[in-house]
Amino acid sequence: MSANSAAATAQKNIVRGGLGARISLRVLGLGYLAALLLVPVIMIVFKAFEDGAGNIIDTLTTPEAIHAFWLTLVMVAVAIPLNTIFGVACALVLVRDKFRGKWFLNALIDLPFAISPVVIGLALVLVYGSVDGVFGQWLIEHGIRVIFTPIGMAIATTFVSLPFVVREIEPVLREIGEDQEQAAATLGANGWQTFWRITLPAIRWGLTYGVVLATARALGEFGAVSIVSGRISGETETLPLFVQKQFEVFNVSGAYAAALVLAIIALVTLGAMNLVRRRDTSSVSPSQIVGDRDLTEEPV
Amino acid sequence: MPPTIAHAESPPRRMPSIRFGGPGLRRGLVAGYLTIMVLIPIAVVVIRSGEDGWSTFWDAVSQPQAVAAIKLTLIASLIVVAINAVFGTILAWVLVRDEFPGKRIVNSVIDLPFALPTIVAGLTLLALYGDNGVLGLTGVQATRIGVVLALLFVTLPFVVRAVQPTLIELDQDMEEAAASLGAGPLTIFRKVVLPNLTPAITAGVALAFARAIGEFGSLILISGNIPFKTEVASIFIFKQIEAGNTTAAAAVSVVLLTLSVLVLILINWYGRRSIRE
Repeated sequence: MSANSAAATAQKNIVRGGLGARISLRVLGLGYLAALLLVPVIMIVFKAFEDGAGNIIDTLTTPEAIHAFWLTLVMVAVAIPLNTIFGVACALVLVRDKFRGKWFLNALIDLPFAISPVVIGLALVLVYGSVDGVFGQWLIEHGIRVIFTPIGMAIATTFVSLPFVVREIEPVLREIGEDQEQAAATLGANGWQTFWRITLPAIRWGLTYGVVLATARALGEFGAVSIVSGRISGETETLPLFVQKQFEVFNVSGAYAAALVLAIIALVTLGAMNLVRRRDTSSVSPSQIVGDRDLTEEPV
Repeated sequence: MPPTIAHAESPPRRMPSIRFGGPGLRRGLVAGYLTIMVLIPIAVVVIRSGEDGWSTFWDAVSQPQAVAAIKLTLIASLIVVAINAVFGTILAWVLVRDEFPGKRIVNSVIDLPFALPTIVAGLTLLALYGDNGVLGLTGVQATRIGVVLALLFVTLPFVVRAVQPTLIELDQDMEEAAASLGAGPLTIFRKVVLPNLTPAITAGVALAFARAIGEFGSLILISGNIPFKTEVASIFIFKQIEAGNTTAAAAVSVVLLTLSVLVLILINWYGRRSIRE
């Protein structure tokens, strides 16, 4: 009996790779993580304070910095509600409806994940730009400027943060099925009542998670916004663009100060992600693995 | 606008229309939104790249500076996904099979590159490894090492997050059986664990590759953007846009776009195949 259990323990140890192997893997993995992520991120703080706390305050209280901060929030305030409403609608359509061409909608939703931000920026210039744009002439005639204004920046931000909500609530919707909604309908609830009372409560954590991810992306978007904004200080400069500008005008510690603000926001986001994930019980976000979507479903 | 999507035939309904707006309206709304937001802009890039004829497209893509940028992008991305495939798998293993204090924090730190703005990621690496960084190194900033480092940073989570759930679900009975038959840890890993993880690693690698070839924000400060040396495709495109040369920018964009779409198709195909097996 005891010999048996000793043998089992020995086997377990082999499976786990033995103590030596386990510790060397741990050191290797965590060492890589520290060298690549953790230590550099901590260094932001040191570099920000290099020229003293005074320079941080000076940099962050310039009108340009404050404007950049507000403009960043405006971008989020436009992109996130839009992508939340359409994200829920998209997910409902993809999960509940069957129709020809569904695979195509599916592919369109993934594109913002797969495309370079620079290509997104270029695409918007070619659609809305007054010189190059397809709709450029029409927009000029109607006195609307999109490129080099916050309107174009908001469109770019919306583009890059589009897939998150859809991809987060899709698996949840698939899992909960339609039974409860149909029960509600049989009991006389109309479409809106069913949505508010049944569907929305069921998807709320997935939705929250998607919104958090989309917000993080919207706050930090650089490439696409950089191209459509024209980077005019105090006018079309978001916080990430402000960071680059400060770096280029050799206010390096100022750049790190603004980067520190963004890093703190990222850490708060990370905390929120963890909190939501623990509520949600599913430990891994499905959106991060595009490959596991729809695998069981044949293309329509 | 593809009206075929908006007005696809009504599905065989199990229930009368109960959800908000009704399925037809909802479907039209969604198709319209995606068409305006995504389809038209991307289609315009493709059309613009070919507008002046095939030879103009080819000239733009085959000019030496563009070729150098595309080559660097591909080679750097391949190196990066290879390194992160190894370390991503190790990290996933450590997070699933190992126990140590602070594991939960480490697990959430993995997502940092997803949460951190890319411009901050580049600046972060400069703070430690740049010319004026804390370590005082001179071989990273404005070199290809810097390009690789930035890409490693932004693509770190993909393989970890792809492998983790598979590893959690992987039944340890198989490994124990192999051990009882006398297999050593390395043999077990090679013959039992790795084959089970391969689909997940491939999916993670593909996503990381798609991300790496398009990466821009984290590279702009650290790579120095030196043509023929450290200029990647996305930065080449950026410079062409700034110079008003949108046709050349569109041409190289189409090369990147094609690669990304191929990777997406590959993931879907591979995922379907491995599910069926």
